[in-house]
Amino acid sequence: MSNTAMVEKYRSNFLKEVAENVEEGEWVRMCMQCGVCSGSCPMGPHWEHPPQELFMMIRANKREEVLSSSSMWMCTSCYNCIARCPRELPITHIMHGLAHYAKRLGLAPKENPTNKFSQRFWDNLTKTGRVNELKLGLSLYFMNGFVEGIKTALKMKDVGMGMLKTGRMNPLEILGGHGVKDKSGFQAMLKKAQELEAARVDK
Amino acid sequence: MTEVVATNQTIVVVGGGISGMTAALEAAECGKQVILLEKNPALGGRVSQMYKYFPKMCHPTCGMEINLRRIKANSNIRVMTMAEVTNVSGDTGDYTLNVTVQPRYVNENCTACGACRDAVETEFDNEFNYGLNKRKGAYLTSNMAYPQRYVIDPRMIGTADADKAKAACKYDAVDLDMQAEDLEIKAGSIVWATGWRPFDAAKIQPYGYDRIANVITSVELERMMDPMGPTGGKILRPSDGKEAKDIAFIQCAGSRDRNYLKHCSRICCMASLKQTTYLREKYGDDGKATVYYIDIRAIDRFEDFYQKVQADDNVSFIKSKVASVTEDKATGNPVLNGNNLEQSGMGKDMRYANPHELVVLAVGMEPSVDFNALNVGLSVNEEGFIERDPGNGGMFAAGCAADALDVNRAVQSATASSLRAIQVVNQVAGAEG
Repeated sequence: MSNTAMVEKYRSNFLKEVAENVEEGEWVRMCMQCGVCSGSCPMGPHWEHPPQELFMMIRANKREEVLSSSSMWMCTSCYNCIARCPRELPITHIMHGLAHYAKRLGLAPKENPTNKFSQRFWDNLTKTGRVNELKLGLSLYFMNGFVEGIKTALKMKDVGMGMLKTGRMNPLEILGGHGVKDKSGFQAMLKKAQELEAARVDK
Repeated sequence: MTEVVATNQTIVVVGGGISGMTAALEAAECGKQVILLEKNPALGGRVSQMYKYFPKMCHPTCGMEINLRRIKANSNIRVMTMAEVTNVSGDTGDYTLNVTVQPRYVNENCTACGACRDAVETEFDNEFNYGLNKRKGAYLTSNMAYPQRYVIDPRMIGTADADKAKAACKYDAVDLDMQAEDLEIKAGSIVWATGWRPFDAAKIQPYGYDRIANVITSVELERMMDPMGPTGGKILRPSDGKEAKDIAFIQCAGSRDRNYLKHCSRICCMASLKQTTYLREKYGDDGKATVYYIDIRAIDRFEDFYQKVQADDNVSFIKSKVASVTEDKATGNPVLNGNNLEQSGMGKDMRYANPHELVVLAVGMEPSVDFNALNVGLSVNEEGFIERDPGNGGMFAAGCAADALDVNRAVQSATASSLRAIQVVNQVAGAEG
C-alpha cells in the first residue's frame, strides 16, 4: 500500500498504524517512558530522536517526523536497550521495523548511509544468491564519487592484499562471480516471498 | 520451653515483625491464646532496623516499643524466638505445625550484662546492620532486642572462644549443650506474617552495587542513620569513610522491572522522600539530594509529604530511569548515566553523566519466604505473595507476606487477618460447645 493510502486509512492514528504495520510495532503501546533505552544506547548522542522519544512521537501522531527520521537507521543492534527495558520491549527490532516500514513507503532519508548500504547489499545479494564481496566493497568505495573511491581503496589496500593472499577474496569475482546452483529457482522464491508480503500489507 | 500448650483454639502467628506483633496482640487482647513464632533471636523485624519510618517519622524505639510493652503485659501471648515452621498439616480449625527451634545456647538466667560478649574475640558480619560492620560471636541483636537475652552464634560451638563465654557468665546462663528441638504445635488458625526482604541489589548489574563501593541500598542508609548503628549515625562513604553530603537516590531499583521484580514495591518512593529529609536533618542547607525517578508514587495521603519535600531547595528531582552507574576512579564518586526525560524533544542534549558522592538504590520488596517451596497449601501469586483465597482455609497473610506494604498498611492488614483468625477459632469453640 502506498504512503497516501496509509495516511488515508489511519487518518490521525499513527500509533495504530505502527501497531498494525511495523514489525513488533504493537509493543510501542507498552512503553512507559522511563528513558532507560535512550540512556543505554551507545549511539545516543549521535541521533536526533532516541527510542523512547520516537515512541512518544508515535503516540503524538508525528508521522512525518518519525518516518522520515534518520534516527532508527542509526541502530547498531547492540541489544543494550532490550536487555535493560523494564517492560521487555524488543526495541532493537522495533527500530529495524520502523526503518523497514519507512523504506517501504518511500519516506526513508535517501542519503542515509545505512539505507544506501542496505540497498546495495540487497541488490548485490539478489543477483546471484551469493554476496559478491569484491563488487559490494568496490561499490561502497565509490559510493561518494571516483576520487573518494580511489582514496578509500588505497587506504584499504593492505587489508585487500591480505585477503587475496589468504584466499578470502577472488579477483576474478569482478567478472560476475559465483552464485547458487538454481539461480532462476532462487529468483522465483524471492518473487513469491514479495507477493506474499504485498498481500499481507494490503490486507 | 519444651512443653507448648496449644489447642485447636490457639492462633499461631508466624513472624514477629510489626505485622506479626500486631496480629498476635490484636487476637490476644481479644482474649485468644496466641503463639508468636520468630525465626530470629529477637522480635521487631525490618521495622526495628529503620532509623525512622514515615509518614510520622517515628523512631522504632518509640513505635515498636509500645508493641513490646503490650506483649510483655499480655499473658495470652507465648513468644518463641529462633523458631521456624517446617511443615503444616491438617485443615481449618485443626492444624498441626512442625516447628524447629534452634538452640540459643543462652538460657533464661541471662541478665544481658554483656560479660560473654566481652570475653569472646571471634567476630561475624552483623546481620542486623546488613553486614556493614561486625559483631561478636556472643551478642544481642540490637539494644531493643526482645527478649533481652544474648545469643551464642552456632559457628562458635566447639571453639575455645565459646568456653570463654561460658566461663565469663556469672549467672550460669550459657549452656553450650543446648540442642535444636522439633515441636508439634496445634492451632485452629495460622497467620503468616513472614514479611519481606530487600531485593538483592547486586542482580541489577548496570547499577554496580557489587562493584562500586559508594553505591549502597536504602536499607543500609537506614542503618547508617541510626545513632547506635555501624557508623554512629553518620552517612559515611564506604570507599573512604568521608561524610557524604551530595546523595543521589535511584528509584525503582529492581521494582516495576520485568527483569527483576514485576510489581511496584509501593514503599520505595516514600522511603527515598523520607531519606531526603535525613540530609536536611544532618546537614541543613549543606546537604544535597537528587532523586532519579520514573514517576513518584507517594500513594494517597502521602502526597502532602511529597509536596513538602518538593518545596525543599536542597532536593531536586530528575525524571529518568538511570541507565547505568559508572565510577570516577579519582574521586570514588559514582557517575549516573541516562537521559533526562523532561528535556526530551526540546532540542536540548538530554543526556547526563552526573557524579554524586553517594548513590542510594531504593530497593524493592520481595517476600522473605518462598511459599511455593514451603508447600503448605497456600495460594501464591506471580510475585510470590500470599493471595487471598478460600482455599487457604484457616490460614491468612498479614503485612508484607500479602503484598508490598508500608508500616501503616501492614498494621491494617495484620489487624484484618487477626480478625479472620479469631472468627475461625470462634467457630471451632462454638462447634465444641
